[in-house]
Formats: sequence, structure tokens, C-alpha cells
Amino acid sequence: MSQQSLSSTGDENLPFFLPKPFEEWFAGHGWQPRAHQLALLSKAQAGQSTLLIAPTGAGKTLAGFLPSLVDLSQTKKPKPGEAKRGIHTLYISPLKALAVDIKRNLEKPIEEMGLDIQVETRTGDTPVSRRQRQKLNPPQILLTTPEQLALLIANKDADRFFDNLQTIVFDELHSLVTSKRGHLLALGLARLRSFRPNLKTIGLSATVAEPDDLRRWLVAQPELGEIALSEFVHLQGGAKPDITILQSDERVPWSGHSARYAMGDVYRAIKAHGTTLLFVNTRSQAEILFQELWNINEETLPIALHHGSLDVSQRRKVEEAMQRNELRAIVATSTLDLGIDWGDVDLVVHVGAPKGASRLAQRIGRANHRIDEPSRAILVPANRFEVMECQAALNANYIGAQDTPPLLNGSLDVLAQHILGTACAGPFDANELYSEVTSAAPYAELHKDQFEQALDFVSTGGYALRAYEQYAKIRKTEDSTWRLTHPAIAQRYRMNCGTIVEAPMLDVRLTRKRGRNAAFQGGPILGKIEEGFVESLAVGDTFLFSGQTLRLEGIREAACYVSKAADTDPKVPAYAGGKFPLSTYLADLVRGMLADESARKDLPPQVREWIEIQKLKSILPQRNELLIETFPKGDRYYLVAYPFEGRMAHQTLGMLLTRRLERARAKPLGFVATDYAIAVWGLRDFSAMIDKREITLEGLFDEDMLGDDLETWLDESFLLKRTFRNCATIAGLIERRFPGKEKTGRQMTVSSDLIYDVLRSHDPNHILLQATRADAAHGLLDVRRLGDMLSRTKARIVHKPLEQISPLAVPIMLEVGREAVVGEAQEALLEEAASELVRIG
Amino acid sequence: MSLAAEQSNLPAMEVAFQGEALLVDPRGCLFWPKESVLVVSDLHLEKGSSFASRRNNFLPPYDTHATLERLALCVADWQPKLIISLGDSFHDEDASLRLPQSCRLAIRQLMEGREWVWVCGNHDPSPPENLGGTFCTEMIIGPINFLHEPKSGFRPGEIAGHLHPAAKIRQRGKAVRRRCFVGDGRRMIMPAFGVFTGGLNVRDRAFDGLFAEADLQTWVLGKSAVYQISGSQLVA
Repeated sequence: MSQQSLSSTGDENLPFFLPKPFEEWFAGHGWQPRAHQLALLSKAQAGQSTLLIAPTGAGKTLAGFLPSLVDLSQTKKPKPGEAKRGIHTLYISPLKALAVDIKRNLEKPIEEMGLDIQVETRTGDTPVSRRQRQKLNPPQILLTTPEQLALLIANKDADRFFDNLQTIVFDELHSLVTSKRGHLLALGLARLRSFRPNLKTIGLSATVAEPDDLRRWLVAQPELGEIALSEFVHLQGGAKPDITILQSDERVPWSGHSARYAMGDVYRAIKAHGTTLLFVNTRSQAEILFQELWNINEETLPIALHHGSLDVSQRRKVEEAMQRNELRAIVATSTLDLGIDWGDVDLVVHVGAPKGASRLAQRIGRANHRIDEPSRAILVPANRFEVMECQAALNANYIGAQDTPPLLNGSLDVLAQHILGTACAGPFDANELYSEVTSAAPYAELHKDQFEQALDFVSTGGYALRAYEQYAKIRKTEDSTWRLTHPAIAQRYRMNCGTIVEAPMLDVRLTRKRGRNAAFQGGPILGKIEEGFVESLAVGDTFLFSGQTLRLEGIREAACYVSKAADTDPKVPAYAGGKFPLSTYLADLVRGMLADESARKDLPPQVREWIEIQKLKSILPQRNELLIETFPKGDRYYLVAYPFEGRMAHQTLGMLLTRRLERARAKPLGFVATDYAIAVWGLRDFSAMIDKREITLEGLFDEDMLGDDLETWLDESFLLKRTFRNCATIAGLIERRFPGKEKTGRQMTVSSDLIYDVLRSHDPNHILLQATRADAAHGLLDVRRLGDMLSRTKARIVHKPLEQISPLAVPIMLEVGREAVVGEAQEALLEEAASELVRIG
Repeated sequence: MSLAAEQSNLPAMEVAFQGEALLVDPRGCLFWPKESVLVVSDLHLEKGSSFASRRNNFLPPYDTHATLERLALCVADWQPKLIISLGDSFHDEDASLRLPQSCRLAIRQLMEGREWVWVCGNHDPSPPENLGGTFCTEMIIGPINFLHEPKSGFRPGEIAGHLHPAAKIRQRGKAVRRRCFVGDGRRMIMPAFGVFTGGLNVRDRAFDGLFAEADLQTWVLGKSAVYQISGSQLVA
């Protein structure tokens, strides 16, 4: 067994109480309660909130529930006629499926010890009848999701419902807290603490870079400037996973994400193992991989597909088959990411780059879910840069480094949603709510005037022009509490609550009908697909979905109708959602690999050679340098930079660079960004311009580009519009669902782009625009990361003018021409379409 | 140079319709030089406050103001003798009552020194309160009938609104969708002018039977130009 070490805060020798049936249960299985389980038990029994960090398979879940099980085993059953006791423990998980899985795992010890404890789940999939029943007759342990908690506390009798609540267990806390979901959950927790001031919290988490962030999150924060931390139990060690990078005899391609070259090797690995989980980063990759595997599946091994867009019933079928160990392989996206423990997976294959070492650790944890046996995993890089990234991730996993993102301040759109939710439960006093909100760690620094703005937004839209006073949603009454003006508002809140804003989705329905005037209706639903993606298709186009090639027949209301296509070479779904940027941490390691020959020793020969040739033909930059190459190709001139800061930051950089080059009259025509590099092309010789100092790279990459240029560009950016749509939806300006009619967004709302344009020109300081800019800084545009890069590489830019393309530039040059059309480029396409007419005419 | 001056020389495109020369403006209005008529359709004024009053949904209350600003620029450029607002000028029947005083004044200013016709639409079946102008269900000038909802069947010389047409093209594998004028030489449908109005694909069923497919043309609104694109290039 491998080395483990336990450390914990506070008194190490707190007493704990473990009743006899528990001791016997452990002994009956030949186990002993683990030290971290007992440490957590003693802290909980002393009334302390605690964070437990332990590797996968360490019995974290049991540790989290043990205090509650012990406590519940000691409470007497209520006598007939006595009031029911209500919920004792609330368990919150980021995934519905995880709650279901935990219920199974928890029922076993409860049954074996003969305890009288009811455990129930409550998720979006729970039937209404059961939800109603749960309100009247709640179980002692309720397993649920952040969205359901938000709904429960927006209920009129929420305080009574949680009357007996003792403990909340947050599972996979590290993944809950980094998003807006985490903000809403933190506010919900603050609410529950108002109901039950002595409430204990238990946070279960994988290793994170900053455990103190999570410890703050778990407890009420005092006055501004002070910090409160929970207790901390930390179990380190565990079996080192056995990870390898796929060694293929095939040539690893320069670019692309499909890893087609490795299919034969992957198939052989599946054959050699019992059950294999294959992870990919996007839905489209999942579809491609699934199809490629079936193309060579000579032995017709049971290989299934699982991703978030598939219909629920289809997903459940796959999950059940997996539990029964009937599958040999499952191709999955992040829907199966977190601590789910299904069947006997003995191999994890990760296709494509992991993008972050933490994510990789999480996914590999799926194989052999036991702490004392090593997990087995194979990484399959899809291109050469990914080979380097995989190697870096692999090194990182061995040194246990973590790259979880830092916690951000709570967002204002989520606050607005929470304020309305609070009003739905009953009248509130604004000052009291403000103190409650600022006791939640993400909102500890929230200013009173920002809170007032959010309140004003909820009430009448928060516009500088006070036009809607008479239609207020909530209003301050004579007793100076705020109240809902109409009960129907609560109903609509419940239909729209939550922070996960998906791109508008259309049902994918199978039809046999073809042709423009076919009357489509009914037909089985295969799943859901982004409206934006369907919009980019024309009727007759084919695409991959749920493992089949489909032909688009038409769009009617909330559904797109498809037929099965004979076509085997489909137009593949474009990237949408689910594309993680390369983590800062991995990026640094990849840069290190370029700079340091000894760090490259484990790379496959063909990749090593590629880098060596780069050294001969151009330059290998030092770890803190930014390499920029300029060269001609065809009738154009190219400038390629290698910041390794992820696609989102590069996209922002690309927009800003082209603006600057335009101003310098370098006539840039376009750019393309990958996770590793950015290429700009134009009509003038960049090398010559730099030589004659018509442009300077120092000037071009100066940090001040994040000032005015950014502001101007941001306002026009389609990325900002997308961010605005999310904020407006979360804050409740755009409602996804209306009572009565199940209409789609496209029929009932004004397009968020139109709202954005009007708001930007008439009310630029509106709270939603503030929220949008704050999101943009970290999210889609990754402005902060770009800023860090610019200051890091200041005065460390190395320029290499070349006669021709360098080896390092090949991958990004293959992407040229594949970029999305935005802004001005759309006009060019219209012009082109119009001139074609002239030619035809 | 002010924004207004910059936009004043926008290239409009000349379109022949029923023997008349019409100018299609990329901002979404139509100008008929011979008669000095400016036509706009589907302003949907006070759509924002309509959402607020009906379902407490607080869209920015600046839409009427923004739409009228855009219209004022067009009026300043074309200096028409007659303005036709081709129906759905207001988003609902009470909208003209909710009109802020500043917007009421702005409309009056636009009316000064010229005629103004409100063609009735399905959203605004009765005349707006206290605003002046002539109210009618259909306006006929020479060979052209201006009305809100296109009538089914063949009717040469009809210019209508109501459907908010948008054209979608695919070029080099990329889709672009924009508001547009659509016509076949016998009938024309105008894009919606209001800032809170969206577009409906010309390939939608709602357009079935309105145009002779072989003659279908769209005049697509770009940022500062109109692009003529034929029906055969449009996708669903």
C-alpha cells in the first residue's frame, strides 16, 4: 500500500463517538475506520465546520456522511402524533447523476447496520408528485443539486422546511465554487445559516491549489477585512496512477482534434481491458471518436456514447448498461467527469489534450476507484502540441501540482436572482439581507451601493430612466420590508431559476419527411443541439449526432427535424461549448519543455525531432520569452506569436493586434488563434516593416493595448454579446420559460443582441453591463491572463524574420481559413454573395 | 464630423418596382424620390414598456427613443414630403398612451412641414392617441398600394411589412443572416425598422405563396450598404 499522510487543523485529540453498530459494521467488512474519517467525525461532533481534502477512492463520501449517520442513529423515532423531524442533513452535488449514485452507496451501510434513516434524492428529474410529498414528509437525508436548493429556499415555508437542519455536505466542492453556480449556492448557504445559525458544513474536495479559499467558503465571513476559516482535514498520498502517453507507430498530425491516426491503437487497448472509459473534451469529438471506433469494430464490442446533449432516456440506458458491466467502452464528455463510480472501469483513455492537470487527475480517478490500487490511463494526443501538453500534464500528475482556477468575486447577475428568490419566500428587510449576503465568502467585499443597484434592478429594471415604477416586481412597503407585488412572479422565478445558461437548444427529432413544404410534427427525440449550430446549417446538410449521420430537413418552432442520411462523410458539428482553455499551469510547463532539452527527453522521437528542427530553422524561446516569427507565404505575409495562453486569451489578443496593425497601416487581413499560438496575416511585409521600424514589436505588444483599444473592441465584440446574454438570463431580464405555454426564447423574447445595443448606447453603466464586463475579464475573453502574459514578456520579445514557414508555425498555419466569421468579415461575405449574382446575371 | 453627418451619405440602392424607381436604404427605410415618400414599417414603438406592463419584464426603456433617433436621421437625409409608417407602428393598442413626452415631441417634430400617414397594423388597429397624422388601412399612390399585411394571392404593386423578413446566405461554409427587403417585381415586403424587432427567414413557411420563386430577390441590409442577393442563394 502506498504512503499516505494526514494533517488537520485544531485539536488533534478531540474525542469522537462511534457507536457499537458502526464499529461492528467496519469490522464485519474487515475494515477499520480511517484516520481522516474519524478526524472529521470528531470535528463535526464538536460542532465544527470542516473541509476534507482527500484523493479519489479514500472513502470521502462515507467520511462526509459518517457524522450525520452517527447522529441520526442516536435520535429516537418521533412518537405517533409527534411532529415529523424534517431534514437533518442536506447533501449538495454538482451533478444529478452523482446524487443518484451516492444514494446507492449510502443505502448499503444504512441497511447493513439496520439504521432507520431515509435517504432520498431531489433533482430536476424527480417527479412532481415525489417533490410534493418530500415537502410534507421530508427524509432525514436529502441529496440534491444547487438549483434545487435555490428552489427550496425560495419557498414560502422554507424556514420551517429546514427547521431541523444540522449539516450540509458539499461534494466535489472544488468544482462547485468556481462558477456562478457556486455564487448562487454560497448565497443559499448564507440563507440557510440565517434559518439555522449553528448549521455545520462539511466540504469534500479533491486537491486544490488554495485550500483556504474553500475553507472561507464553508463558513460565515465576519465584517469586511476579517476572514474566517473552517477546520481542515487533509489526506495526502494514495496510489500513483499509472499513466502513459499512447505510443503509436502512426504519424502524429500537425493539427486537428480527432486523433484518427490512433484509432487502431485505441481499439486494441479496449480489447485488452475489461471496461474502458474514453474521455474527450467536446461533444463533436465524442461523436467522431464513437463513429471511428465503430468503423473498425470488427468484433462488434459493445461500445456506447454518452454526452450531455443526448436524450435523458438514452443516457440512462447507457448508465444502466454500464452498472451491469455490459459495456466494453463508453465514449464520454464531461457529463461523466466527477466522482461517479460505475461498474468496473479498468482503463481510462483520454483523447485530446487534458487542458488542465486537475481535470486530468479527476478523469483518471474513474479507473479502479480504490485508493490502494493505481488507476490505469492512456493519453492520446491528437496533434503535436497536444503531445507536449499531455507530457506536461503527466509530469504534473506525478508531482501532484494543481491548477484549479482562483475563486472570483460573486457576480451581480446571480445576486439579482437571489434577491428575487428571497422575495419569493417572503418579505425581507434590505439591511438584513445585505448583511446575510456579505457573510457569503464570494460576496464578502460587496459594496452596499452595488447591493442597492441589484435591488433596484430586481424591482424595476434598474434603469437611469425611471420608467417602470408602476410595474415593479418587488416594492418597499410601509413596514419597510420588500415584498413581491404579485404571486405570479414567484411562479415565473421558479421556472427560470438557476445559473446554467445553455446556448438556446433545439430538440432533434427524427422524421421521414423531406422537402421544403413537408409538414413536420412528432417523431422521436434524439436529443438537443445548439440553435446556433443548426442556424449555421442549410436544409440538406449532414452532421453527426448520437452516433449517426443525420440530414437536416427543417426547423419548426423548438425542434429541428432530421432524417437518417446515407452519407457517411458528414459535415461535422462545429466546436461549441465544452472547450476548455489550456490552463496557465500547463502552459508554463509546455513553454518549459520548449526551452529545456532535458524536459523533452520523454517526448516521442517524432515530436522531439520537430522541435529540434525548429531550433535549427528558427528559435526555441526561453521560458519567459515571447517568440514572434514573420515570414511570407503565397501572396501574403504572416506574423506568428507563441504565447501559449489558451485560445480565448489569444482570440482577444488577435482582435487587438489587428487593430494596432491596421493603425500602423500594415494592412492586416485576418487572424487565427489556437491554444498555443496566434497567426496574423496581411498584405504588407511584416519583416520589412519591423526592420525599418515602421512597426515595433514592443509597441505592438505593449500592455496599454488592454486600455482604450480593448474598451472599443469589447463593445463591438460578439463574445461580449454572448456574455451579456448569459448575465441577462441569470439576472432574469430574459426569461427562458413562461408559465402556460412552452414557447421557445425565439418567439417570446427580444433578442439579447438588440437589448445589448440599446443598453450600451443609452445606459452604459447599467448593472448588467457591469456584470458582463466583469465576466468578460475572466471568462470568454480571458483579459486578465492576457495582461499577465504581456507584463511577463515585456522586453522579452524575440523576433525571427524567416524566408519561409517554421516547423512550430505549421500547426497554426493549417488552421488559417477555419476561423469563425465575425463583424466586418460577415459584410465581406455578403458582398461576395451579391457580386456572384452580378456574375451569374 | 458628427455621427449623423457621417451616415447621411449612405449608399442606397435603386430598385425598379412597377415601373417606378425606389431607393432601398441600408438602415431599413424606403424612399420614392418621384413622390418624395419615405416608408418605414414595423416600428413597434414602446415594445419595451409593453413587456413591462404585461409581464413585469423590464427591457431597457430606451427603444422608442432609439427607433425615433434612427428615423430622424433618415428623414434628415431624404427630406420627404410624406412619411408612411406601414403598420405595427406601436407594439400594442395602449402604446401611444404610454409614449414618453420627449418621444411625443420628437414625432411631432418629424411631422412638421410634411404629411404623415399611419397605416393600421395588427398590433395597432386603431389610430394613436393625440399624435396627428392620417390613419388608414391602405394607402394607394399611383401604381403602388401600401398596406401592412401582405394579402394572399396575386396583387401587383403591393408594398407591405408585417413579416420582418431576414435573408440567410451561406458563403464559404459560413452562414450570415440579416434583415432584408424581399420582392419579385410585383410585390415587396419591407424589413422591420424598430430597434427591438427581430427577423423571420424569408424561407419560412409564412412567406409561402407570396412570391414567384423564379423572380425572388432580396436586398440585404449590411452595415453601410445594401446587397442584392437572389432567391436561389438563400438558405433555410
